[in-house]
Amino acid sequence: MFIIGELINGMYKEIGKAIKEKNKAIIQDCALKQVKAGADALDLNCGPVAKDPLSDMPWLVETVQQVVDKPLCIDSSKPKVVEAGLKVAKNKTIINSTTADLEKLEVLVDLARRYNAKLIGLTLSSKGVPQNKEQRLELAAQIVAYCSEKDFPIEDLYLDPVVLPVNVAQAQQKDILESIHEFKIISEPPPKTIVGLSNVSQGTKLRKLINRTFMVMAVAFGLDSAILDPLDKELMDAIITAELILNKHIYCDSFLEACKKK
Amino acid sequence: MIKEYIENWSGEINTVTIGATLNEGGTRRFSIKVGGEKTLPFLFKENKLPFKPVIAYEVWDIPPSDWPEELIRFYKDVLNDPLAWAEKVVKEYNAELICLKLAGAHPEIGKSPDEIVKLLENILKSLDVPLIIIGCGDDQKDNLILPVCSQITKNQRCLIGEVTQDNYRTLTASVLADGHNIIAQSPIDINIAKQLNILISDMGLPLERIVINPTVGALGYGLEYTYSIMERLRLAGLNGDKVIASPFICFVGQEAWRAKEAKAEDSEFPQWGKASRRGPLWEMITATVLLQAGADILVMRHPEAIRKVKEYIELAYSV
Repeated sequence: MFIIGELINGMYKEIGKAIKEKNKAIIQDCALKQVKAGADALDLNCGPVAKDPLSDMPWLVETVQQVVDKPLCIDSSKPKVVEAGLKVAKNKTIINSTTADLEKLEVLVDLARRYNAKLIGLTLSSKGVPQNKEQRLELAAQIVAYCSEKDFPIEDLYLDPVVLPVNVAQAQQKDILESIHEFKIISEPPPKTIVGLSNVSQGTKLRKLINRTFMVMAVAFGLDSAILDPLDKELMDAIITAELILNKHIYCDSFLEACKKK
Repeated sequence: MIKEYIENWSGEINTVTIGATLNEGGTRRFSIKVGGEKTLPFLFKENKLPFKPVIAYEVWDIPPSDWPEELIRFYKDVLNDPLAWAEKVVKEYNAELICLKLAGAHPEIGKSPDEIVKLLENILKSLDVPLIIIGCGDDQKDNLILPVCSQITKNQRCLIGEVTQDNYRTLTASVLADGHNIIAQSPIDINIAKQLNILISDMGLPLERIVINPTVGALGYGLEYTYSIMERLRLAGLNGDKVIASPFICFVGQEAWRAKEAKAEDSEFPQWGKASRRGPLWEMITATVLLQAGADILVMRHPEAIRKVKEYIELAYSV
């Protein structure tokens, strides 16, 4: 499982404050903690109320790069902000994200190609959130078709079925899980799949349990990658164990530790 | 036309270096690298197999009691003199690697640590090839003598063994302190092989200093099972599981010459053909199958079998 740590996000109070005050130590500490806990990449998001994301994003990228040599996931709905981050990133970057709307795809696929970045494609459009599996697959196919047409490598495309909170969209959860599996059949080579996990438990009382349970089920449906809180140890251990049960790791008594050595 | 399928593995097998030259703080004339594979055995088209498998000659510190005449006849003149035995395989048979088995240390025989120290000192003085040192197989005694061997050969970057899941701490600590590599033995069991590598590396010995002895069976005695275990370990290593991406050492001679098809004398089974041909063939076939399974170091006995397997390796690597 390719784990993208979600904690460097201006929406969190402490991070938002650190971005505002340009306090490197707090950001770097958060980056190191996530990598130590098993994150393969780190998501960077200036937050919804950032006053100057055009300068905040490159500052975040550079601040994190000073202490961590992992791919970064530039998370913004504004292409200009994304590009400002891409310009200063050292490693192969992941753009988070495009939707299936043509005007978004045009800009973001072009950016991803120019900067040799990976791209997350949300199965969303200006018409709104899909209501079932068929709509998700249709949007996914639109994204894949556009990428193929522009010669963007499909193995660098991460399709996100858009995880919805279980307390408001209970009837959709099964469709979301099945979409993860069916996205893989859209093309050869297949696209990768990704979820933004914590959305599933938004507004609920037992967030960690719901996150963990959804995640284990998603692993069984063939999920490749997730944006989540890597400091949630039980979640991380559950992912490793789910993969173990699917025969993705060789069992040994210290299998949790063995996976962390990777 | 069908397109050639090329697998792009994400991992590679660790490279282990045996023997330290003057420049590296030892006194060996050369060092030997094993491992480093980026694809399955002999798939040269797919990716790199940077180092050829190597063969180590088995040398004992006492005359082996269960070797058949077909083996003994080559070593008759040196059986009672392990130094002369080691010199013989290097000078006469061009051995590039020696595997010294300290069978005499076994409590039932009872060679003293002093005798072993002296032998090792003489071997180090007289010969300049890299060394593999194997204990007597009795845990308690091995924990006594192998740390001494490790100390005497400090900085020569030997390969020393063996450790098991139940007995790894003492030797791992010595090997770590004295700059050697270790042999991790598991009983044809991938789960234990992985666990043991974790236990060893938890003590601070880098994974790049571990060689796995997966335990093998000879032709006719579980060779297929051995093959499948080695294949599964190698596939996992190539798929990025660093913990078990270790090169393999296979004790081919020991297993092949245990088979009655190899060691029976002419008179016992006349219909089986001559022992002088049958025995080395048994060792050779076992060795070549294990090469296909991914063996990196073969420990062998019969000079003619060794010569043939070397030819096989050279030929395969020349295409």
